[in-house]
Amino acid sequence: MDTPIGSQAQLKLMIVDDSNIIRRRIERSQQIARLEVVGAAGNGRDAVDLFRRTQPDVVTMDLTMPEMDGIECVQQLVALNPKVLILVVSALADKATAVEAIEKGANGFLCKPFTDRQLNEALAELLGEA
Amino acid sequence: MLKEAEIRTFIDGTTNYFETTGQQAASVGSPYLVTDGKPGSYEYTGVIGISGARKGIVYFTAPRGMLTVLLMRMQETDWSEETIKDLVGEVANTISGNARRDFGKNFVISVPTVIAHDPDKVTAPHPRAYVIPINWRAHSAKLVVCLE
Repeated sequence: MDTPIGSQAQLKLMIVDDSNIIRRRIERSQQIARLEVVGAAGNGRDAVDLFRRTQPDVVTMDLTMPEMDGIECVQQLVALNPKVLILVVSALADKATAVEAIEKGANGFLCKPFTDRQLNEALAELLGEA
Repeated sequence: MLKEAEIRTFIDGTTNYFETTGQQAASVGSPYLVTDGKPGSYEYTGVIGISGARKGIVYFTAPRGMLTVLLMRMQETDWSEETIKDLVGEVANTISGNARRDFGKNFVISVPTVIAHDPDKVTAPHPRAYVIPINWRAHSAKLVVCLE
């Protein structure tokens, strides 16, 4: 039986961003106790490979990346697992991009730059814990 | 050519970046126009190519000292050359991406290109560029906006 996402089970988190600083910062700053980081990728293509191997429940996703951008990656991850929860973390601040990301299957949007508090609030909201 | 409101967009993006990430507001000087294609640069420069409805570049350029303090404020303990270059690109990417709030989705930004220790390589594609001076914790930096 599938574990409901709103329960207190441990969840696997994958971080996708072309900036190593941002990948490390998200890993360091996220305070959701039941999230365990299982991997990080620097572009969409690597993220799809890592996703297949680690099968995360939750993903933070940058949009502007080399190789494969975040919107394309969101589509591919959702095709692999429609239940994955994706928080887009991007500097692209226009409404149309946020709407497109949601339409392609993302579940939330956090605009860079962000504070630790904003990151944790966005993750909590994504998990239905806000 | 940039309108006053468009310059304000980049000033606001810069102010917001330092306030949020650096946890201390930056003082932004009066923007000025250079017309010789040489807006100048510091030790590290993150360049974003702009395409779509507008064409040109936006770059953020700063000395290592400022970037190191920014890393400290982010609780980052790796201050290596690679990390400094990563940061300068990320600042340029964030300020440029935030500009889409006003410029819209057709303000298309590239991934950052980073130039380090070679100011002669930092060139503007057009003679006219706006320079936004930034002062933060005794360090100076610049945001340069060069758009058709």
